[in-house]
Amino acid sequence: MPVSDSRLILDARGVTKRFGGLVAVRDVTFQIREGAIVSLIGPNGAGKTTFFNVIAGLMDPSAGYVEFRGHRMIARPIRAFLEPMIWFAPSTVVLVLGIIAFSATRSQSVLALDLLVALALLAGMFLAAIIRPAWYNRLLIRLGIFRSARPNDMVVAGLGRTFQNIRLFPNMTAMENVLVGMHTKLQASPVDAFFSSRRQRREEVDARVRVRELLDLVGLRGRDDILAKNLPYGDQRRLELARALGSNPVLLLLDEPTAGMNPRETADMTKLISRLRSELGLSVLLIEHDMRVVMGISDRITVLDHGERIAEGTPEIVRSDPKVIEAYLGTPAA
Amino acid sequence: MTASTRGRPANPLRQGWSRISELAAAHHSVAIIVGMAIVGALLPVLARVPPFNQFQPFNAWLDGYSNAGTFVLLAVGLNIVVGLAGLLDLGYAAFFAFGAYAYAYGASPFSGNDFPFLPMLIVGAVVAATFGVLLGAPTLRLRGDYLAIVTLGFGEIVPIVFLNAEPYTNGTNGIGGVYKPALPWSPPFDIVQFTLLNPWPFYVLVLLIVTFTLIFTYRLQDSRLGRAWMAIREDELAAAANGINTVTTKLLAFALGASTAGLAGVFNASKLTVVSPDQFYFQVSFTVLTMIVLGGQGNIWGVALGAFIISILQQTFLKQLNQFFQAINFPAINLGPVTIDLQHVNFTEYQFLLFGLALVLMMLLRPEGLFPSGRRRRELHTAEEGPEASPTGLDASGELV
Repeated sequence: MPVSDSRLILDARGVTKRFGGLVAVRDVTFQIREGAIVSLIGPNGAGKTTFFNVIAGLMDPSAGYVEFRGHRMIARPIRAFLEPMIWFAPSTVVLVLGIIAFSATRSQSVLALDLLVALALLAGMFLAAIIRPAWYNRLLIRLGIFRSARPNDMVVAGLGRTFQNIRLFPNMTAMENVLVGMHTKLQASPVDAFFSSRRQRREEVDARVRVRELLDLVGLRGRDDILAKNLPYGDQRRLELARALGSNPVLLLLDEPTAGMNPRETADMTKLISRLRSELGLSVLLIEHDMRVVMGISDRITVLDHGERIAEGTPEIVRSDPKVIEAYLGTPAA
Repeated sequence: MTASTRGRPANPLRQGWSRISELAAAHHSVAIIVGMAIVGALLPVLARVPPFNQFQPFNAWLDGYSNAGTFVLLAVGLNIVVGLAGLLDLGYAAFFAFGAYAYAYGASPFSGNDFPFLPMLIVGAVVAATFGVLLGAPTLRLRGDYLAIVTLGFGEIVPIVFLNAEPYTNGTNGIGGVYKPALPWSPPFDIVQFTLLNPWPFYVLVLLIVTFTLIFTYRLQDSRLGRAWMAIREDELAAAANGINTVTTKLLAFALGASTAGLAGVFNASKLTVVSPDQFYFQVSFTVLTMIVLGGQGNIWGVALGAFIISILQQTFLKQLNQFFQAINFPAINLGPVTIDLQHVNFTEYQFLLFGLALVLMMLLRPEGLFPSGRRRRELHTAEEGPEASPTGLDASGELV
């Protein structure tokens, strides 16, 4: 398999996450190459999900960084203390100019206007800081300020994920769930919706065609009108996968995709994950406890224990690594 | 559904009805326009037929309909925030106030301006939406109870600011003499002229604004943005993990919900010709919230109908209820220390007691509201049936529901 030659899609270096005194993830370096299926295993509480959440943009790491498709997306904020200065700078400038103008003209209305403009600018900058439009991000980069990508930015960049405990939108239908998953791929603005523009209508029709394709792919054909919470457990897992596929990700993070499944469902899910790689060319990062799944489909496996990486390599290597055996089974009695 | 119709001979009425509802689902906007035209034509007729024409004069009815229209607008707007996006907003009357004061500044002797009504309608909506964003921004991280408390505070602050900013708002007295809408040409008939004694133009105007708002909200609900709102209501973290920018989506919910209140504010100011802080206290927010809960959260037409019914009850029936008891000569009930004499009770004083009772009963008997959306009905009822279903051997997740 030419996996080792292809380029890196995710490159996490020295990722550390502390919660107060607890180090949940300590200095983990981890790479995924394009088209690879990589597993992250470890005993309960080893920090797998925390590491996952850092990659997905849910929390900032305490140290280290994550590069995704060649861009540094996630790291500890750099020079974040400079950011408030951006918020206050425009209105301060306006205020100073206004005071100069006032001392020149002695006109009350100039001062009032100036105050209004300064207030509006301040409110505008606060809003920009919350909404983070593209120009604001460019401004941050220019000033050397780094802020981690948010979960939705990671999705736009090409990352899809599922959750350990299924988090579907329970009172929306299967179709609507996947449509939400396609959110970033749809362009229509509220104005389009308002005028029900041709673009909006065509997009909605096309999106529904795509949703049916995705539901077919995961094996939920004909179930589009069923509320997500009324689907059986295995189907809910599949629906969550279809929803994650809606944004056409290049890397899929699956947090225990076969948890709670019976052996037949597990085998189906394993087959499906392999198909995603072969048919859609996706890279997959798995967290999994079921060793049959992990050993069966992974190209490489990383083992975490107490937040630290204790082993990394192909399934054969990891299986025979004494540290891994120790982590799972404990040390033999002396 | 096919199984139930197969058994008995086809009922043409039922077939016709299902055909109509199919068409209405496919062409929302046309259905809304036709529906509102029918409603608009029927309501004045209703005010002329026997039980109703006894209550109050015809013009009072039309006037009442226009006031009810204001509340329909408010309820439809609040439904975006509470029903669709799931953000409990208890300070909604503040946006109503912003719309009203925007119009009062735009067209009254107090400010000296006289801008035409239609542009001011848009200005009012934009002003309210701006404040919607300004309120929304600091509350983005809050949910549920905490959000409700902050919005409640905001809703209380706004009328008090208007009350105390005496030089700019004329304080308690409010801004009087607000101009009514004027037609751009001189009308051939008096009936189309906006005057104090002619309720027709306001009735038609509010019908138009409500129709427009309903079309707009239905289109938003069925769009990408509407789905994003629902996703946030269902599970905010999962929504973010699916690429929804929760920040802008929530801000848009606040802004668009508020803009409808702005429309209502402008209309109401032009109709009452007075804008004063006491029109915008908590009771307005509370009434509108009651309306959407009773009407059926999340279902746009249900909410509109709920708002209409409640405001008509509140304005007309409660006012006349003691006269009704006088007419049938209802005897006073003597309960020892207390005598209940329904003939001399001012029922409007008890409206909040009655609202509260109605809410309690509603939550116990029909928590999804009078006219729920299909989604919400399923949501509340599968939850009830879940534990009952499992002993029969069904899957706990209710696969066969």
